[in-house]
Amino acid sequence: MISASDIPNQTIMSFVFPGDHVPAQHVNLKLGPGLLLSQDTNYSSNRDVPTVIATRAGELHHSANCSKWWIEGNSRRYVPAPQEPVIGSVVQRIGEAYRVDIGGAHVASLDSLAFEGATKRNKPNLKVGSLVYARVSLAHKDMDPELECFDAQTRKSEGFGELKGGFVVRCSLKMCRDLLDPKHFLLPLLGGRFPLEAAVGLNGRVWVSAKETKQTIAIIRCIEAADPDGGGLSVKGIKALLDTLDV
Amino acid sequence: MRPPSPSIPEKEFVYTALKESLRLDGRLPLEMRTPVLTFGPDLGWVECAMGKTRVLAQIEAKMVKPQPERPFEGSLTIHSEISPMASSDYEPGRASDEEVTITRMLDKVLRRSDALDKESLCILAGQRVWHIRLTLHFLADAGNLLDCACLAGMVALKHFRRPDVEVIGEEVTVHSPSERAPVPLAIHHTPFCFTFAFFPDATTTPVLDPSQLEQRLSAGLVSIALNAQKEICVFQKLGGVPLGADDILRLVEVAVARAKETHELVEARLREDWLGRKVEVR
Repeated sequence: MISASDIPNQTIMSFVFPGDHVPAQHVNLKLGPGLLLSQDTNYSSNRDVPTVIATRAGELHHSANCSKWWIEGNSRRYVPAPQEPVIGSVVQRIGEAYRVDIGGAHVASLDSLAFEGATKRNKPNLKVGSLVYARVSLAHKDMDPELECFDAQTRKSEGFGELKGGFVVRCSLKMCRDLLDPKHFLLPLLGGRFPLEAAVGLNGRVWVSAKETKQTIAIIRCIEAADPDGGGLSVKGIKALLDTLDV
Repeated sequence: MRPPSPSIPEKEFVYTALKESLRLDGRLPLEMRTPVLTFGPDLGWVECAMGKTRVLAQIEAKMVKPQPERPFEGSLTIHSEISPMASSDYEPGRASDEEVTITRMLDKVLRRSDALDKESLCILAGQRVWHIRLTLHFLADAGNLLDCACLAGMVALKHFRRPDVEVIGEEVTVHSPSERAPVPLAIHHTPFCFTFAFFPDATTTPVLDPSQLEQRLSAGLVSIALNAQKEICVFQKLGGVPLGADDILRLVEVAVARAKETHELVEARLREDWLGRKVEVR
């Protein structure tokens, strides 16, 4: 067992495995995905200070002032975390709520009133098999995850809701996190060639839509080719691929 | 839990794209993914990859007492189990319908097609025969596991070499590979399996080597197992799509061409591997 004191206080990133202790200590500590504040003080020599342990394998990163810590790695199975945008498909309708498959271990529930402008009388009518872009509002280890398609404060949709048409690409979790990064090259590059719509879920699903079938297929193939889990092509490789696709 | 069926937008997109003869991975309707064969350190250890679908085949040979009703024949057993490692759609323990289909097809293509000469596995009539055990590990499922598994199994049988044995009277001597060069199994012919998917709309052309999504959205599958000599071993049709005789003949013609290509590829890869392999004989 590695204790916190064994890990040298290095500023460059290090690699952690699930169960490893992370030397994250700050007055205003913010933990990102893959890190857990453990109340279990068995391993800690100091009984008052709770320890932070990693729950995923990956590279450990922290912000410059050591207040924010997170783990970056690649995996294929999604573990829901609050406030993350996800794409799910409706699998069942139970009374006032929908059961939505978001690719996690459990199906999430989405209340039919959790949409913009939804009232008791006027609710969206989703069919089984419809796609929704939603935000995880509750992710607890002992409960099924819950979704919402609006901001609870402003009651505005902010882009969430049912997705019509288009196609869903399944990619690795690293790829969809990269796509959300405004500095990532892929979506601007594709957008420069033809108009497109995209919704990126953090559960490894990306919804894309373009006017022509050929263009949508080009987007699908580019995302799959750029995925570090698949081809892992760079800007140059993607440009070469796009030239062969005749779009 | 059954895997959720593809969502409505995905289904509609695949159908419209196929109507325009476009496939999501950029292939032509009757184009298959080129199989990539990787050989391991041991003889009879083959990994076959078709796109992201990957199957690992492994062969072990063991000396056993033959069955009393067939004293001159060795045996081949195929062990295949699809674990959740391949895809989260599969559950451990309970065999899904797809798994049952794959297991039965593998049995038909590899064992009952008489690809392997069982009598050549006899060492001492009624007392000692070789028992060949083929284990298939399904590593990843991205559609068309069956074709990939058949190819992996068949190549593994061709790649494997059993230790040489010498029989003097009643005494059996097994020579280790360092003493005498191991001998390949006697293979009558090499059948390959090709799967076509049909879609509910009759005007859509059938596709060869369906991806996982295409397989799930298909209305019917036709699997043809045949060798490069145009001998059909197994013809299987699943799902209730009506097909005319000329449709089937067209599929068979495509399969014949693909079988010839695959045969050449397999032979070339096996030759390449054998030349690069050092089997010491003192």
